[in-house]
Amino acid sequence: MAQATYLTQSFSGDKKTTLTMRTDRWWLEPFLTGAGFLAFVIYTTWAMFQAEYYWAGSYLSPLYSPLLFVDPSASGAPPVAHAWFGYWPKWWPNFIPSSPAILILAGPLSFRLTCYYYRKFYYRAYFATPSACAVSALAQKDYKGETHLLLFQNLHRYTLYIAIFYIVILTYDTLVSCFRDGRLGVGVGTLVMAVNVILLSGYTFGCHALRHLVGGRMDCFSCASGQEHWGHKTWKKVTWLNERHMPWAWVSMIWVGFTDFYIRMVSMGIWQDFNTWGN
Amino acid sequence: MAQRSFKIWRGDKNNGQFVAYAIELEPGMVVLDAIHRIQSRQVTDLAVRWNCKAGKCGSCSVEINGKPRLSCMTRLNEFPEGQVITVQPLKTFPIIKDLVTDVSWNYAQNKRIAPFKPRTKDADGNYRMYQRDVERVQEFRKCIECYLCQDVCHVLRDHAKKEEFVGPRFMIRLASLEMHPLDIEDRIPKIKKEYGAGMCNITKCCTDVCPEHIHITDNGIVPLKERVVDRYYDPILWLWRKIFRG
Repeated sequence: MAQATYLTQSFSGDKKTTLTMRTDRWWLEPFLTGAGFLAFVIYTTWAMFQAEYYWAGSYLSPLYSPLLFVDPSASGAPPVAHAWFGYWPKWWPNFIPSSPAILILAGPLSFRLTCYYYRKFYYRAYFATPSACAVSALAQKDYKGETHLLLFQNLHRYTLYIAIFYIVILTYDTLVSCFRDGRLGVGVGTLVMAVNVILLSGYTFGCHALRHLVGGRMDCFSCASGQEHWGHKTWKKVTWLNERHMPWAWVSMIWVGFTDFYIRMVSMGIWQDFNTWGN
Repeated sequence: MAQRSFKIWRGDKNNGQFVAYAIELEPGMVVLDAIHRIQSRQVTDLAVRWNCKAGKCGSCSVEINGKPRLSCMTRLNEFPEGQVITVQPLKTFPIIKDLVTDVSWNYAQNKRIAPFKPRTKDADGNYRMYQRDVERVQEFRKCIECYLCQDVCHVLRDHAKKEEFVGPRFMIRLASLEMHPLDIEDRIPKIKKEYGAGMCNITKCCTDVCPEHIHITDNGIVPLKERVVDRYYDPILWLWRKIFRG
C-alpha cells in the first residue's frame, strides 16, 4: 500500500497571468519554423536582386520563371529568345536591378502567404497568436482574427490558380531544359528541375482550397445518381496530399531554393553539371 | 516504491494556489489515479470531475504540466522521473472548486445552433445514404465533448471572445450538420456573422489536443471557412449568382 506524504509545500500564483505552465520545449517548433522560413526569404531576396547567374546551358532558375524580359548583357543570363517579351524595358528605373525575378515572385509568394498551413506557422512563429498551444497569446486590444485586416486571406483560391499556372510554366521549363543546341539530353540539372516540379505539384495540389473546390463543397457525393461523383474521387486524392500538406510545403520550398542555388553554381562555373551533352 | 510529486491547483473562483503533494507510485497509474489517491488519503475535499475513466466521457479534462489533457488517459510514466507534475483546471472556464470548472457556456452555444433539418424522403418513403457520403460526418461524431479544444483555443482562452466565436467544438458540430447529405438547413450566414468562423486563425491547437484525433481544423473549420468564402468573398461566384440567379 502506498504511503502518502501530506502537504509538503505550498505554492502561490495566479493561473490567469502565467505565460504557460508547459514544461516541454514548446518554443522549439515556432523557433525552427520561423528561422527556416526567414532563411528562405533572405536567400530568395538576395537571389532576386542578383539578376545574374540564373541560367546555365538550358537550365532556368525557378525564381526567374516565367522569364518576361531579359537583359542578355548580364552575366549568366539566357539569350533574349527565351524571354516572353524580349529585351528588358528601357523605362525601368536604374535604382532597381533589372531582375526578371522581381516581376514574378509575388505570384508564388501570395500562394504561400495565404496558404492555410503557412498561416498556422507564421501566426505562431512571428505573431505569437499563440506561439504554441496553451501558451499565452500576445496581448491584443481587440483581437479580430481573420475578419478585418486579414480578410484578404479568403482569396487563397485565386492564388491557387496562380500557383497552378506557375507549375505549368515550370514543367515547360523542365522539358525545354532537355534540349540543348538542338540535341535531346538530360543532366543533373534537369533532374533537379523535374523534382522541383513534382514537389511543387505535391504541395499545390494538396491545397485546402482546391480540396474544397473539387469536392469538399458538396454535401453529398452520390445523391444525384447513386453513383460516386467524380468530385469525390478527386477529393480523395487531394485529401491524401492535404494530409501531408506541411511536409510538402517545407520540402518544396527548400527545393526551390536549392534548384536556384544549383543552377547558380553551375552558371558561375563552381559546380560541374553531369549531363549527356558533355558540356 | 518510487514517489512522485504533484502540484495541484486548490481554490475557488475568488482565489487559489498550487499545493504540493507526494504519493507513492504503482505500475500503470494515470494522473487521475494519482488525484484519486491524494483525494482519498490526504485531502478528501479535493474536487475533481470524472466519470468513465476510459477516455470516452470527456469529464476529467484538466491541464497537466500546462497542456490540456484527459487525466484518465495520461500515464505517469510518460513524464521524466523526478519531474513534478502540475495539475490545474481548464483555464478558459470559470473555476467552481479546485480542478472543476463551469463549462455550461458550451451547452449554451450548442443551443444556438439550428438543429438537423432533413430533406424530403425519396419516392419510396425512405432516406437513402451511401457510406462515402457520411464518412466525413462520422469523424465529427467521435467528439466526446471534453472541451479540451475549447480550452486551448486562444480566441476563447486568451482573447476572451466568447461572444464572437463558438469555439472549435461547435464549429465541428456545425460542420457535421452542414456536410450532412440529408440536411437542408442553411447555416452559412450565421457561421460567418454569429458563430465567428473568421475569428479562427487556424493555428490548429484544437486539433493537437483532441483525444479523439479529430482533424478539427483541416476537416471541419477550414471547409466551413471555404464555404463562407463561396458565399461572401469569391468575386467570380458573387458575379455568377448576380447574373444567373438574380
